[in-house]
Amino acid sequence: MTDSSDPAIRLTGLRKSFGAVDAVAGIDLDIADGEFFSMLGPSGSGKTTVLRMIAGFELPTAGTVHLGGRDVTRLAPFERDVNTVFQDYALFPHMSVLENVEYGLKVRGVKRAERRRRAEEALAGVRLEGFGARRPAAMSGGQRQRVALARALVNRPKVLLLDEPLGALDLKLREQMQVELKAIQREVGITFVFVTHDQDEALTMSDRVAVFETGRIAQVGTPEEVYERPASSFVAGFVGTSNVFTGAAAAALVGRQGTFSVRPEKILISDDSGPEGTVAEVVYAGPVTRYVVDLDAGSRVVVVAQNRHSGAPLVARGHRVRLSWHDEHIVEIPSATKETAHA
Amino acid sequence: MTLSASARWALRAVMAAGLVFIYVPLLLVLVNSFNGDRTFAWPPRDLTTRWWSAAWENEGARQALLTSVQAGLAATAIALVLGTMIAFAVQRFEFFGRDTVSLLVVLPIALPGIVTGIALDSAWRSVMGDLGIGKGLFSVVVGHATFCVVTVYNNVLARLRRTGVNLEEASADLGASGFQTFRYVTFPLIRSALLAGGLLAFALSFDEIIVTTFTAGPGVTTLPIWIFNNLFRPNQAPIVNVVAAVLIVLSVVPVWLAQRIAGPSSGVLRGSTDA
Repeated sequence: MTDSSDPAIRLTGLRKSFGAVDAVAGIDLDIADGEFFSMLGPSGSGKTTVLRMIAGFELPTAGTVHLGGRDVTRLAPFERDVNTVFQDYALFPHMSVLENVEYGLKVRGVKRAERRRRAEEALAGVRLEGFGARRPAAMSGGQRQRVALARALVNRPKVLLLDEPLGALDLKLREQMQVELKAIQREVGITFVFVTHDQDEALTMSDRVAVFETGRIAQVGTPEEVYERPASSFVAGFVGTSNVFTGAAAAALVGRQGTFSVRPEKILISDDSGPEGTVAEVVYAGPVTRYVVDLDAGSRVVVVAQNRHSGAPLVARGHRVRLSWHDEHIVEIPSATKETAHA
Repeated sequence: MTLSASARWALRAVMAAGLVFIYVPLLLVLVNSFNGDRTFAWPPRDLTTRWWSAAWENEGARQALLTSVQAGLAATAIALVLGTMIAFAVQRFEFFGRDTVSLLVVLPIALPGIVTGIALDSAWRSVMGDLGIGKGLFSVVVGHATFCVVTVYNNVLARLRRTGVNLEEASADLGASGFQTFRYVTFPLIRSALLAGGLLAFALSFDEIIVTTFTAGPGVTTLPIWIFNNLFRPNQAPIVNVVAAVLIVLSVVPVWLAQRIAGPSSGVLRGSTDA
């Protein structure tokens, strides 16, 4: 029986091997009802495979998938109360937009008039009123993306899975869709599981993020936790840019042994105090300027400085500078990270 | 690529010569079927539809046409069912010996008809006959189906390869059962490939003569066989021209349709070029 206290999705000891390769190497995860949850990782890190196991396209090698407290590990995709927005949208080319959207209702035996009405409603929900008669081929990428969204949402699933749905859109459209997706999710209150390799996207939209590394979850947390307190040097490097100090450089700069991370925007360029170095690169990027500084202590760091004053001279390449940061911005990375490397 | 003017003209001339060589004799048959002169004097002095009505009234020719249509339809039906099933098995599933199966299915179209004919003939003599299944229309249908399967298989395989499994996954994801997915998604997507493959299969069967010779039972005469039997009878010559003209039209139309339906990228002609 399902219980309201059960998480929307519970993955237990989930594994998937393709031949000798462990695409997913043991994942335990709870995703709460109504959450916007992102799975972030480089390609080949197993995030899409996890999504496909939740949808039912792949059978796990080991472990279980529970949806709302029900074990669905061995159920077919059509027996699960989840819908997917595919990376390439997978719209049916031989059907009109309206027929695409009402497909899920049709195969479940919803009466024609009723499903027409609900499909029109769903199209209106993604701002595509009046496009119902078109073929998917006659729509732009952004419109197709919204059709795919309407086609999934019209079924009112408990969980919506999104497999890099914004990957094929250009930057402007992608940013616009990020805002829109978040708004739609708030409105319908459905659990969204969003797979992406774009850290900006994951940080912008999610309630929580899971960072994937070679078939395992390296860290789960709110965007702020993952960004501000990365649990491993992989997370520190993958989510945003990070300056990681180890060994002698760590001892010299932080004063202790260990692995430490400082975000580029937390570092200030000053003239009077702090470790000294030489500016190796200056990249002007509009609102900010990125400096690459080679520290005398033997570490290369990236510094991001806000361009607050127009016309203020940039520090030039080759100049000697001193860097400073607050101690609270130094994040110690647990040394247990080696353990996740071997499978 | 840009060619020099002289190369362009030379290639054009070669192409024209090739097409003339192929199509003028066919045209000749069509014209001669209206030629009023019994000896086909050239140029025709008067045109007549006399041979067409004579052919229409010729019981043997009509019977042969009927037999050919029956054999063609039956072989096409078998090819559609088996060819589609094999294409699905090979494209969508992994199993031991998949590549071998794929090769064995395509092979009959490359095998000389005479080999297929002899093989089927001896099979019928030594096995099927003893089982009580004598040669007749059925054996012709089986013979034709061996190579008709290939055209359907090739067409459906190419289509399945192009469409991939994404749409079927999307359908299942939206709650459709396996049967619903086939009915609403898979079948509409392969329908034109089936039609193209089926038309080609029919055309192949319709003008087949070698395998038919070896597999036809007594009294079973297809149109090509009827033409062959009557070719050297002077009395029948005008009617043979008419029947040949009919065959040309009946073979060209399905191939033309198949090409239009399947489009340039689906490898429709792969099956027919070897035939």
